[in-house]
Amino acid sequence: MSATRIDCDIHPAVGGTRTTLLPYLDDHWKEQVVSRAIDGLDLTSYPPNMPLSGRADWRPANGKPGSDLAMVQRGAFDQLGSSHAICNVLYGAQAVYDPYMASAFCKAINDWIAAEWLARDLRLRASIVVPMQAPDLAIEEIERRAGDNRFVSVLVLAQGESLLGRRHYWPVYRAAEKHKLPIAIHAGSQYRGAPSSIGWPSYRYEYYLAEAQAFQAQVLSLIYEGVFGKFPGLKVVLMESGVSWLPAFMWRANKTWRGVRVEVPWVEREPASIMRDHIRLTTQPFDSPPDAKGVADIIDMIDCDKMFLFASDYPHWQFDGDDAIPPHLPASIVSRMCADNPLETFPRLSLAA
Amino acid sequence: MSDVIDRPLLEQEATAKSRLRIIDCDIHPSLHSRADLNPFLTKRWQEHLKSYGDHLRTPYIGTTPYPRSSPLIARRDAWPPTGGPPGSDLAFMRKQHLDPFDVEFGILQVLDLFIFSQQNLDFGAAIQRAINEWQLAYWSDRDPRLKASILAGQDDTEAAIAEIERCAKTGRYVQINVCPRANEPLGRHRYWPIYARAEELGLPLGIHVGGYGGHAPTGGGWPSYYAEEHQSNAHSMAATLTSFVIEGVLERFPRLKIVFIEGGFGWISSAMWRMDQHFERFRDEVPHLKRRPSEYVREHFWFTTQPIDEPDEARHLRSLIEWVGVDRLLFSSDYPHWDFDDPRFAFRTPLSEAERLKIFNSNARALYKL
Repeated sequence: MSATRIDCDIHPAVGGTRTTLLPYLDDHWKEQVVSRAIDGLDLTSYPPNMPLSGRADWRPANGKPGSDLAMVQRGAFDQLGSSHAICNVLYGAQAVYDPYMASAFCKAINDWIAAEWLARDLRLRASIVVPMQAPDLAIEEIERRAGDNRFVSVLVLAQGESLLGRRHYWPVYRAAEKHKLPIAIHAGSQYRGAPSSIGWPSYRYEYYLAEAQAFQAQVLSLIYEGVFGKFPGLKVVLMESGVSWLPAFMWRANKTWRGVRVEVPWVEREPASIMRDHIRLTTQPFDSPPDAKGVADIIDMIDCDKMFLFASDYPHWQFDGDDAIPPHLPASIVSRMCADNPLETFPRLSLAA
Repeated sequence: MSDVIDRPLLEQEATAKSRLRIIDCDIHPSLHSRADLNPFLTKRWQEHLKSYGDHLRTPYIGTTPYPRSSPLIARRDAWPPTGGPPGSDLAFMRKQHLDPFDVEFGILQVLDLFIFSQQNLDFGAAIQRAINEWQLAYWSDRDPRLKASILAGQDDTEAAIAEIERCAKTGRYVQINVCPRANEPLGRHRYWPIYARAEELGLPLGIHVGGYGGHAPTGGGWPSYYAEEHQSNAHSMAATLTSFVIEGVLERFPRLKIVFIEGGFGWISSAMWRMDQHFERFRDEVPHLKRRPSEYVREHFWFTTQPIDEPDEARHLRSLIEWVGVDRLLFSSDYPHWDFDDPRFAFRTPLSEAERLKIFNSNARALYKL
């Protein structure tokens, strides 16, 4: 038995709505997806053939990267050395416009991952995929799955219909807090609006870079709307957000708050201090400075060894070789981010599955 | 916080200041009233300005939907005793800012009537010309320290280029301004004729935060609070940086110089690391890029320093400065706005005389050929 090392972000892939998910849909939606040919909901954010979406040695001969359990087991566990891994499914249920359809597909994804992944490998855990388009239905799905301790977080996309701090989402956070489920915000967009304030970019590369700013906007929204005051037990995990932007972002937030806090009197302390208590980040990608001193500086600036969560982002191609830990991280951070921090952030990991 | 600068160093800096004159790359002059533009507008546009006014993609005609923490976003002590809005009275600007800080040159950034985002393009072109003329008549002619920028509404590219030609002939403008929140990201091909002209004329392209491009201020939607919207300025600038680099603008225009104004500089090193880290993965999507993204940034971009980041530890600000590079930074105060950076106190980390000279003066002098 190897040491505990929890990979907080791996991506099993749904083959398709009419194939993979069909057995998990009720009769109405079975008929609908077949007769209307509702399929192909891979997110524009992650075209399966794009290099980032699957490392060459993690691509199966047939199907999408992450679609084959045995291959994922070999890669995420045998090769990368994790003891457990959290599955975050990025199929497009989160981006459907029809709230009932979105809800049906989210439900199907959660039932599929439970039956075909979690039940077959006890090292796996999963995030509950929810339709944030319809907060009431998102809560229903959380409640439906909350009794199953193998679900350890609630998955939402970094770019949705509105900023995540807005009050129409608060009931979702109430449910999440009640069940000790952190909110996992993962890179990805519903494509409701441009990926940045300057408009629609030409390239996937640009879009991917802009995700970092979208995460920053979500953190500010959660803080300034007062979500953490309202739900003090809530933790939010930024997944695949990059890390090195954090220090300058924290300082700018503190400075801005000092200048304009009069409009948000319920935010009673510096935003960076709220971030250290409530925000966590997965460590792939890290977007590192090129040298060890730069990495040491970034860690020193963030000044909180609790914020980092080990993740490989398997099968996304963030690094080569067998070591998913970004280069130059100090040993003190590495030991915390692999076990202590995930266990603290996802309390349900410690519960019997 | 043992290494935050204390009194003795400030005194040392005060003596240095007597030898170092400042070039302030972001000063906001204001119209006293919109009627100031009438001498530069035809009757038709005077009437239009009066009866229709702005047409911007924002809910209110008289104010921002994100109310600032002070009237007109200004320092409370910046209202001229003679009346009129902050930044509208040259004598008071001299007395409050230019003279006491020994400003050798100030680069004007006009935000009134935000010409870059006017939906009525003909109106936009008319007031763009009027404001460009007003900058000379009201400011540069009266105080040669104040240097004008050619406002060029990027979304009527043809009119923008005609205006650039007209202004450049005078030899009195130091840069060409476009706006980061345009109809499309600024790196896209439709704007390249402007960059071609800027390169030929040897004028830097100035990009001040702001604009009404119609998209939400963040990639996640419309925020509720000014605190969020204010910080989103840096996000717009980061996306603009990547657009210029990744579209290959700098491959096509290797002598183009770009100045980012009021975006601050804390975010830039991480933006470069992130671009570089993912470059290999996306390289086949952008084969027009011949070099690592950060190399384009380090050669083609300059950044004004306000709003300066304020880490608790002085050594952290020092790291930020080194990561971006002392050669890329241009001091700016943002006078008369509320988040003004005071040149005496903004840099709360030790700088050598040579570094100070570059940031406060010689970088801008060389860039703008002052």
